Amino acid sequence: MELLGYLGEGFATSLMPINILIVMIGVTAGLFIGAMPGLGSVNGVAIVLPITFIVPPSSAIILLCAIYYGAMYGGAISSILLGIPGASTAVATTFDGRPMAQQGKAGLALIAAAAASFVGGTISVVLFTLFAVPLADVALAFGPAEEFALVLLAFTTFVGLGGDDVLKTIIMICLGLVLSAVGLDLISGDPRLIFFDQPGFYSGISFLVLAIGIYGVGEILYTIETQKSAPQVTPAKITFRELWYGLKEINKLWKTMSFGSFLGFFVGMLPAAGATPAALMSYGIAKLLSKKPETFGKGAIEGVAAPETANNAASTGSLLPMLTLGIPGSPTTALLLGGMVMWGLVPGPMLFIEQPDFVWGLISSLYTANLFAVLVNLALIPLFVWALRMPFTVLCSLVFVLCLVGGFAPSQKLHDVWLIVGFGVVGYVLRKADYPMAPLVLALVLGPLMERSFRQTLIAEQGNMMAFVERPISGTFMAIAALFFVLPMLKHVKRLLRRDLSPAE
Amino acid sequence: MITGARGKLRACLGGKVETIMLTADRVLAAGIMVLSVYFMWHASALPIGWNGMTGGPGGGAFPFWLSGIMFLCAGGIVLRSFKDSAPFAKDDTPFFDPDTLRSVVVVTLALTATVAALPFAGAYIAIPMFLLWYLKIYGKHGWVLTGALTICTPVFLFFFFEVTLKILLPKGWTEPWFFPLYARFF
Amino acid sequence: MTLKLTRRLSLALAASAALAATAPAFASDWKPSKPVEMVIMAGQGGGADRLARLFQSIIQKENLASMPILPVNKGGGSGAEALRYLKDKEGDNHVIMATLNSLYTTPLRTDIGVNIEEFTPIARMALDTFVLWVNADSDIYTLDDYVAAVRASGGQWKMGGTGTGQEDSLVTSMLENEFGLEITYVPFKGGGDVAKNLVGGHIDSTVNNPSEQLGFFTAGKSRPIATFTPTRLAAFPDTPTMTELGHELVYDMQRSFVAPAGMAPEAVAYYTEMFEKLNASEEWQTYTSEKSLAPDFLTGDALGEYFLVEREKHASLLEMSEQGS
Repeated sequence: MELLGYLGEGFATSLMPINILIVMIGVTAGLFIGAMPGLGSVNGVAIVLPITFIVPPSSAIILLCAIYYGAMYGGAISSILLGIPGASTAVATTFDGRPMAQQGKAGLALIAAAAASFVGGTISVVLFTLFAVPLADVALAFGPAEEFALVLLAFTTFVGLGGDDVLKTIIMICLGLVLSAVGLDLISGDPRLIFFDQPGFYSGISFLVLAIGIYGVGEILYTIETQKSAPQVTPAKITFRELWYGLKEINKLWKTMSFGSFLGFFVGMLPAAGATPAALMSYGIAKLLSKKPETFGKGAIEGVAAPETANNAASTGSLLPMLTLGIPGSPTTALLLGGMVMWGLVPGPMLFIEQPDFVWGLISSLYTANLFAVLVNLALIPLFVWALRMPFTVLCSLVFVLCLVGGFAPSQKLHDVWLIVGFGVVGYVLRKADYPMAPLVLALVLGPLMERSFRQTLIAEQGNMMAFVERPISGTFMAIAALFFVLPMLKHVKRLLRRDLSPAE
Repeated sequence: MITGARGKLRACLGGKVETIMLTADRVLAAGIMVLSVYFMWHASALPIGWNGMTGGPGGGAFPFWLSGIMFLCAGGIVLRSFKDSAPFAKDDTPFFDPDTLRSVVVVTLALTATVAALPFAGAYIAIPMFLLWYLKIYGKHGWVLTGALTICTPVFLFFFFEVTLKILLPKGWTEPWFFPLYARFF
Repeated sequence: MTLKLTRRLSLALAASAALAATAPAFASDWKPSKPVEMVIMAGQGGGADRLARLFQSIIQKENLASMPILPVNKGGGSGAEALRYLKDKEGDNHVIMATLNSLYTTPLRTDIGVNIEEFTPIARMALDTFVLWVNADSDIYTLDDYVAAVRASGGQWKMGGTGTGQEDSLVTSMLENEFGLEITYVPFKGGGDVAKNLVGGHIDSTVNNPSEQLGFFTAGKSRPIATFTPTRLAAFPDTPTMTELGHELVYDMQRSFVAPAGMAPEAVAYYTEMFEKLNASEEWQTYTSEKSLAPDFLTGDALGEYFLVEREKHASLLEMSEQGS
């Protein structure tokens, strides 16, 4: 009950008028930063961090949490409206969010994303409050073998469901994995695949560059050709009644959202895994469990809710290894960790015992930030939907500018801007020949983790491949992964058998 | 996806066997084969075999063998394209839409020119020029809209990226013009 | 050589003291006219990145610079990307770079066309220390226990560390060489990852910096065996140094700032003064004592000399580690 006392104190602080003002500012700023293609919570946090040494730490934490949550909500906005995922965590949101926007249901998709994020955030914060300390041991049990099994699982939940041309899907996965190997071989420390000796390749090919190129530039070029400059989306209108209808619609998604929250929290909690695999797995599983899996990818509302609950839950979950083990699961938590160190806090198992006021102050800020993020987001949805009603050439030119500037901003290299244009053109051409893009982007995100954990395990186990199966956690994951791989095939076989039996076909 | 659906529609209606789409599919697959060979050549600078000393594959193995799989799959697409049941075999739409291909090429060139101008003229010349061209000449919008966007966008970029987020955009030779602004806003 | 170094050091100290005295005159001559880029030779979230951002926030808080200092991560290729970038910035007065030991190791390992002698040395802020760690559940308490345990494992002893060819792997090969051991080196992405894998029981020992293990150490989950420092660390008074135990194993990680070749002398003076004030700040002094960093401040030519000596040392270390594997 000591816990409740600390939490109450935390709330007393975070609900002071001045702090509510800070939350509002932080959430709004975060929302806009997150909605900008190329920018995400990491930019928001990086810029606010030095300021937080001037204001009192309690307000600083509130501001950082508000920006963090705001940016997580904002990521879904560019995924849905423009089809450009602002962060790797929001890739899965584009699969159904973009089609919904094209069908004129942008408002509904945005409401679904906001509500789902809120549910994911809330459930995960509650889980965090109750189980943070014991769960740290689970995170510790994750070594390289378990990480590999988890990534493999994330891959199979997604890839096993693909309905595209098999050869082309395999090519795109391999291409993504090869591109993810560009830069440095961590194990030997040697540079590799430095094309044309360009120093820009030393840091590898970032996810954002590929995603902005393919989904930003490539998508607009594709639209210019196929739509003959006609508006690409049915203009969406948003009224209070639609908002109400949307919220009622979302009420039906309880199963998807609660599953996504738990999954997101647990996957996000594992260091190194983070929110991207969580969002993918949540999407894959929602599709697998759905009664109408064929609607996925064509504008299913579950397809927006599932990844959004999971990625928000995972971003709360990823605070857990940062606080209890001192290991950041993402660049953003790495910056937050740096901030804590500067405030004189030592993250690690003792933090919860030595600095309870900080920890519970942080948790209560998470509750308030989440609440205000959903309110601000819902209030701004009409504005975002209105932006889609601009003439196509105006929208296009502005998106091009955002792609160039947003692609430059994270790394500040012109090299990346060139790559964006290159990937845009190549992506546009490949798309016309039915090469699927999502496997390429996801392989690029998951590739480095997959290769590294695979090789680390083999080095540690003297080349023994059985290590992946023998260890209990990784063995279980491998078995589930195999199941996911086989299940769609079984369904296919069943369908074939049924077709053989019915002579009418 | 959309092209595929259209392909199926054409397939039902019946069409020629040797289509432009089929040729394009082959050319792209051949291109991927060339690309994979290039990747394999690059990757083979590092050990590509199983390293007995440390356990596990060498540094070049991952990209090398994956490029190999890419090569085989692309080869499969080329072979498959000679069968009647190949995707696109009955799709007689042109690969590029002749009416709008010009727009795509022009926009791509404009974009390339903008990026090429960034390091010299800087973002605050290149981007307004791009917007001016796109809105006025390509989009045929009025002067009011064009002017408003061409002026407001750089102002927004400056205050959002530089002043708020402290991310400096490339300026090229316009750099000295910004010294007073830096002194005022930082 | 020790004598020579000491003399150089004292000379440097005198020089920097003289510089500090005349600094105000210099400072009025030159001021940055635009925000200053602080290139970080490592990716976001690592130890080097956190330290660089700490410097940035102290500079901002204490108002030590007239223009903002903007950190930019260029960690690609173990810092190769940052080195090439700095080389291309020749004569630029608005770029400084936060370095670590990959300043020497990366150009030594791969030919990237960069000669670090050309860079302008600015200031060395600190030397980070290394400690040999084991899991607190193991029954290893002394260095002798450790050596015996590694021998008994028959080459299966797992040492975790950062990428091959970087600091941790060099320290490991120093250990292997000194005691004639055979160790399986498992590279991880960052020091925090290494620390967690030790506590989780996935690896058997590490040579983490104290700051990376501090959280686990205070929770009683990891145990220091010996330090690779000349004298005992204040934070671990009961942990012997390798030198005390009769093994000349000393290794440290420098945290310095360099600037591109051909930076104007007035600009160099400006940044040197800025880092001097930073070095004297209370935040920085508290931080170094808490995190077991040695705040050995060094500037100018003396720092340049130091880089060259260290490069020699690393060349032979790298040779040794490559023979070992």
